[in-house]
Amino acid sequence: MKDKILEVSAIENGTVIDHIPPKALFKVIAILGLDKIDNQMTLGSNLQSKKLGKKAIVKLSEIFFPDKDINKIALVAPQAKLNIIKNYKVIEKKVVEIPDDIIGIVKCMNPKCITNSERIITRFKVVSKNEVKLKCYYCEKITDQDNMEII
Amino acid sequence: MKNKSLVSITDFSKSDYLKILDLAEEYERHPVKDILKGKVVATLFFEPSTRTRLSFESAVNKMGGKVIGFSDSSSTSVTKGESLYDTIKIVSNYCDLIVMRHPLEGSARFASEIATVPVINAGDGANQHPTQTLLDLYSIRKTQGKLDNLTIFMVGDMKYGRTVHSLLMAMSQFNATFHFISPDELKMPEEYKIHLRSVGLRFYEHKDFTDIISEADIIYMTRVQKERFSDLIEYERTKNAYVLKNKMLVNTKENLRILHPLPRVNEIDQDVDQSPKAYYFAQALNGVYIRQAIISLILGLN
Ligand SMILES: [Zn+2]
Repeated sequence: MKDKILEVSAIENGTVIDHIPPKALFKVIAILGLDKIDNQMTLGSNLQSKKLGKKAIVKLSEIFFPDKDINKIALVAPQAKLNIIKNYKVIEKKVVEIPDDIIGIVKCMNPKCITNSERIITRFKVVSKNEVKLKCYYCEKITDQDNMEII
Repeated sequence: MKNKSLVSITDFSKSDYLKILDLAEEYERHPVKDILKGKVVATLFFEPSTRTRLSFESAVNKMGGKVIGFSDSSSTSVTKGESLYDTIKIVSNYCDLIVMRHPLEGSARFASEIATVPVINAGDGANQHPTQTLLDLYSIRKTQGKLDNLTIFMVGDMKYGRTVHSLLMAMSQFNATFHFISPDELKMPEEYKIHLRSVGLRFYEHKDFTDIISEADIIYMTRVQKERFSDLIEYERTKNAYVLKNKMLVNTKENLRILHPLPRVNEIDQDVDQSPKAYYFAQALNGVYIRQAIISLILGLN
């Protein structure tokens, strides 16, 4: 297992996000704002995985996320596993959990929702976590997993 | 309730509802009260709804307040591309209260966040229209003498009808028993049934609109609209199946009253209008008293 994680290239200190579905990789990048930071990072996609068939992996040097930030990726990568690395060793493993409220990130699927025509940060209450269902704070309509679009 | 916006029926508690209904009763007895003197209410109707707007404006006028605003957005800077954000920011400076109707859902919630004065939602697309619901509660209490333990039949479009959804949420606080009569395409959405189960209330779903209404205290009729059907043949088949006719009232209870948010198309036959059980025209009249009560409680002036 350890060798697998190191397949792309090892990092000394930082976070490895493993078991990302390949099609969710760029959504994870967007949610975590990885396109806006200068740290060294390695991305791998369409790697072999027993669990997912194919998976993507992100290695971030010198980055450690608070739970409330990293949990946001559960929307698109519910099975993601985190490995916290110190001195080339995994010192902690974590899973992600969908938060109770989603602020920003997701677009409301209701075309008649005010958030789709004014500049508004979207807000949702997570009404179901197994099969993700988000209730818009503004229009009160449900955006489900199949219709979820990351802003 | 003072300075609180009314966006969704769930923004107010059961005791708030009762306070509003009691005050509306007071306004029914004494409609003219000069308590809004020097106050300005803005009625911003981004889409036309003459009846709702006149009801609000009548309420403000009876209390001695002044009204500013517009009755549809074609004559305003909105057509020049002004955002709702800017409109609300600016109008907030000119008034003590905003009454708003807008075609987009969630617009009233958004406006209530921006405005420096309270906002009353007079309809945001298919989402909420809380003053209609309070008016329905008022009509129910007035005709039944109570709100508790009633049997309510809702007929027609259970799926898209915002009035039935809001009324269900409100009446679920008063131990109601519900019956929903609708075609399969327009059944009550699961989320409302989940709510009823979670608060332990009984509800029954029916496809046929027949003599099952004999237990009803209230029949709430709604329009079945053609555009809701993907299959027009299905629409033709069902459009006449959810029409209330006078002869159907033979075995109904003495205290039964028939409500409808109006305008009706053909879902209540005109022969029902003569029945003492028809209440839909009187229901509309109650709207002014209920709006007087809501406005004065929100402005803290009663
Ligand atoms: Zn929305």
